[in-house]
Amino acid sequence: MTEQEILTGLGEIVEEIAGVPADEVTPGKSFVDDLDIDSLSMVEIAVAAQDKFGVEIPDDQLKDLATVQDVVNFVMKNAGSTA
Amino acid sequence: MTFSGPFAPAAGARIISLGDYQPGHVVTNDDLAAQVDTSDEWIRSRVGIISRRYAGPDETVADMAVEAGGKALAGSGLSPGDIDLVIVATCSTETPIPNASAAVAYRLGIVAPAAYDLNAACAGFCYALANAADSIRAGTARYVLVIGAEKMTAWIDPADRSTCIIFADGAGAAVVGPVADGEPSGIGPVVWGSAGDMADKIAIPNRNSYMYQEGQAVFRWATTAMHPIAAQACERAGVAVSDLSAFVPHQANLRIIEAIARRLGVPRERLADDIVHSGNTSSASVPLALSRLVGRGDLKAGSPALLLGFGAGMCYAAQVVTVP
Repeated sequence: MTEQEILTGLGEIVEEIAGVPADEVTPGKSFVDDLDIDSLSMVEIAVAAQDKFGVEIPDDQLKDLATVQDVVNFVMKNAGSTA
Repeated sequence: MTFSGPFAPAAGARIISLGDYQPGHVVTNDDLAAQVDTSDEWIRSRVGIISRRYAGPDETVADMAVEAGGKALAGSGLSPGDIDLVIVATCSTETPIPNASAAVAYRLGIVAPAAYDLNAACAGFCYALANAADSIRAGTARYVLVIGAEKMTAWIDPADRSTCIIFADGAGAAVVGPVADGEPSGIGPVVWGSAGDMADKIAIPNRNSYMYQEGQAVFRWATTAMHPIAAQACERAGVAVSDLSAFVPHQANLRIIEAIARRLGVPRERLADDIVHSGNTSSASVPLALSRLVGRGDLKAGSPALLLGFGAGMCYAAQVVTVP
């Protein structure tokens, strides 16, 4: 998976769950401050990301992922790590 | 040893009538914002509640069960003496013994029925309904009064903003009876289970404690593990999700149930959202929501509705029922 593919996929997920247009989901944006996405939606996004990318994002790691780029980096780093 | 009766086995069971009760004391989000660090806006967006009902200091789980049960009985066309079994689904009774159900039965004028309380927390009513249907089919009861009744506020820390904004009090009830031979069952096969590995996620550790829950973990579990259970219940009943007139999940949190409905493929307008003005009443929430939907004439009699209970344990149960 390329970084762009992850970013695009994440944009689709965020649009579906939080109603934020996918093209607004850009790397530097903070979920809470820029995209107005709360922690409950973050859990849903993490679950959807697991379905789409095969990467699990546990709750205790999720809290450290503040920006879109943080999530992209996490997925890149852990892709292929689930059996 | 022969095995018979006391009643003939029945082809199936159905809900005959419903009843509901919540105390008159309304507590708004602004009321709570005056006692803990929260706001109306935060509560509405995170939980979806606008107001909820609190029982009075001397009002008991049994009191509320009697109110709701009495209404269901009155609407059934039966007399109290016809009821053979009373089940009160509850996890918040004031006393370990006696159970609530025997006293509730006596107060309703029901004569010497079998009576037991059932603790499966927020899944309690769906568990109890399954048991009622099974008893009727086996012939150990002919008419059953099933009540979900809770006084959650007795177990909540008023200073804990993660729980005090959510929970509330009330009761819902159903009178259940047999279907005639050849008639289809009005209570579908239950899909039920538990996830005891998560037993520590929602707890009241002892009788002198308050309830706590790991909100994030519960949210994640409920929004991922419950829609397959609900889908299975529809399959087992031979009902398509698109044919449901309503999806009535335990009113845990509006965000949770909207997520479950979305993943199940139920349109938002068919999702019961009684929580908005009722709060989370644990095992009372499913029958409360269903009774109100039916009472308002929102659901067509004879149509299928999906019930789903889930909560502490973690316990869960789902079944399709025919709207009375």
